[in-house]
This record gives sequence, C-alpha cells and structure tokens, in this order.
Amino acid sequence: MIPGLLLYAVLVMPPVAAWLEGSMVGHMLVQIPLLALAGSLVAHGASGGRGAVFAGFNTGGVPGLLVALFAAAAWMLPRMLDAALRSALMEAAKFITVPLLVGAPLALSWPLLPPVARGFVWANLISHAAVLGWLYSVAPNRLCTRYLLDQQATLGTTLLIVAMALLLGWGWFAIVGAPLKLRANP
Amino acid sequence: MKLRAALATIAVVAAGLATLAAVTDGFRAATSEAAWRLAVAEWPRPLPDATLIDQSGRALRLSALRGRPVLVEFFYTSCPAICGLLASQFQAGFERLIAQPEGPEVLLLSVSFDPERDTVTELADYAARLGADGRIWRVARVNDPIELRGLLDAFGVVVLPDGAGGFVHNAAIYLVDAQGRLARVYDPDAAERAIAELGG
Repeated sequence: MIPGLLLYAVLVMPPVAAWLEGSMVGHMLVQIPLLALAGSLVAHGASGGRGAVFAGFNTGGVPGLLVALFAAAAWMLPRMLDAALRSALMEAAKFITVPLLVGAPLALSWPLLPPVARGFVWANLISHAAVLGWLYSVAPNRLCTRYLLDQQATLGTTLLIVAMALLLGWGWFAIVGAPLKLRANP
Repeated sequence: MKLRAALATIAVVAAGLATLAAVTDGFRAATSEAAWRLAVAEWPRPLPDATLIDQSGRALRLSALRGRPVLVEFFYTSCPAICGLLASQFQAGFERLIAQPEGPEVLLLSVSFDPERDTVTELADYAARLGADGRIWRVARVNDPIELRGLLDAFGVVVLPDGAGGFVHNAAIYLVDAQGRLARVYDPDAAERAIAELGG
C-alpha cells in the first residue's frame, strides 16, 4: 500500500507530470500505466492481496475487470489525452479515475478471474497493442493535436515492441511452462 | 451470489458503453479534430474579430467580409509540407470560382500564423506565385499577436514549433458563413467539395 501511495505522490508532482506528458510515449505508456499500477498497489495492500468480494457483486472478477477495461479504453482515446493536456479538470479526472477505475478494480478482480479469462485478457492486450502500434506507426495524420507526428510514430514502434515482448514472454510460458513458483501452486 | 455478479456485469457494461459514447460523441469521434468538426457542424460559432493585412499591405477587418461565405486556411509560407496541399486546393478552388462569375460569391482567405517571417513582401511573393488576386483570394497576416492567438483558438488551429524552425499544425479548410460564424471544418483536400456545397 505504501509503495502505491509513494508512486502516486511522485506521479502527481507537477514537474514529473509535465515531463511524462511531454511525449506521447511518456503519457500513454508510462504515466497512465503507472497511475493504474499505483491504484493496484494501494488496492492490493488494502485488501490483503485476496481480492475484495464486494458482497458478491464481483464473483469471478468479471464486473471488476470490465470496469477496468472500459476506463482504460476511455483513457486510450487520443482525444482524451488532448483533453487532459488542455484542461485542468480533465487532468484531475485522469489522476483520479485511472488509479480508482483501472488499477484498483484490476488488482481486486485479477485473483478472482478464472485462468481462461486471464488468458483472454492477455491475448487481447497483446493483439490490441500490436494493432494500435501498427496504426500509430503508419497513420499519416496526427491523432493527438498536442503531439507531433514523429512522437506518434515512436509510440507506434514502442507499442509494437511491447506487443512483441509480451508475445515472446507468453510463447515461452506456453512452450516451456509456468515458472516453478506458479507450477507449485496451480 | 451469481445473480448479483451477473447484474453487476450488465450494469458495468451499460455504464461503460454510456461513458465511451459520451466521450466519443456517440462513437463518432475518437480524436480531438474529429470532435471539433462535429461540434462546429452542429453548432456554428461566432468568431472574434481581427485586423488582417493582405498581400498588398491593405488592412481589413475579418468582420468586413461578412455577407459572403469565406473559405479560410491557415499556413506559413516556408511550410515544407501540408500548406502546399492547402495552397493547391485553394488554387483549384479559385480557378473554379473565376471560371463561373455567375456562381456563388465565395471568398478565399489564407492567413499566415508566422508573422515573424511572413511579412507583407513575403506574402505578396507567395500570392503572386499562387495567382491569388487579392479580391476573391486574399493572403493575409495578423499584426497583433493577441488577435492572431484568438483567431487560431477560435478556429481550433493548434500550432506547435517543430524544433527545426518550422511548425507542426493541424490543416483544414474552414467555412465562415455569411453571418461571420465558423460553420464547417473540411479536410485539407476538400476545397472543391466545399465550393460545390456552397452552390458553385
């Protein structure tokens, strides 16, 4: 819980926020995921790592996962990145909703998800990263008015690299098998 | 327990779709530019006035152009990229307009957002190269930086220095209607379509 709060405190500092938001990669692939991570760490710590049950409303973890997916999808829209840069209100909304609606529900729902659902999430994450990466690297128009075209292309390449790394990681996982720690505790 | 989770899932999906619909104008606009075009087309908006200095050094107020629709583009003369497309579009539009004098009285206005380099002399050269006549097609600069800023903001033009002495900017063709309101935002290659829609 403390690491999550510390991470959040660092991210919310104006020079850090301005630095990360200075590039599209920093904004979309560093700041937003780290805000989600901060929310996850706090929620994980607060729930003792078991995943909250929410009086049966989050059985199987699917409702919580969907909250996280919808909120993450909204913050991946180019116009939302522009809006956060343009308006202090939207910037505040990002700093509140990403930890609360992406990070926290993900941490609380992940332990409840059946393995098939986790695989589904990973497969979608990898394919979306690859498709978005390709789109961003070839799009002739700027999708965010606040960022330059070369930053958009860099984001595309970075997303492709992330997708490739995740794919290799999962290929290794599928062929060589789960790490010993996971095998011992299926 | 299962029922509650199923109901929660349905509620989350409904709320999630509603949120995504709200932030994309009903799944129609994922980018700021698309959102801006939709908003302008749905609600034409008034523009601030500004003093323009055209290629012959004459001053005119933007509001003085009211009474006729004006197609506006923003550019800078040393632009290596998209401004050339806009210029060729305006050239084609201009030729179309002078070819049919009985057609609609549409004006063309190219406004530089680089007042430092785009002096009246520079604009005169540029206008001569393109064949802008200064009557139907004016090429202009805005002397007052505050007025220029206000104009760019009102049209939704974002100009960022590219780090190499130039600018990166969103390019579009803007229609200012006869009442002086920003009424439509067209793609940068749609000058002829815009003129056709005005009856030309």
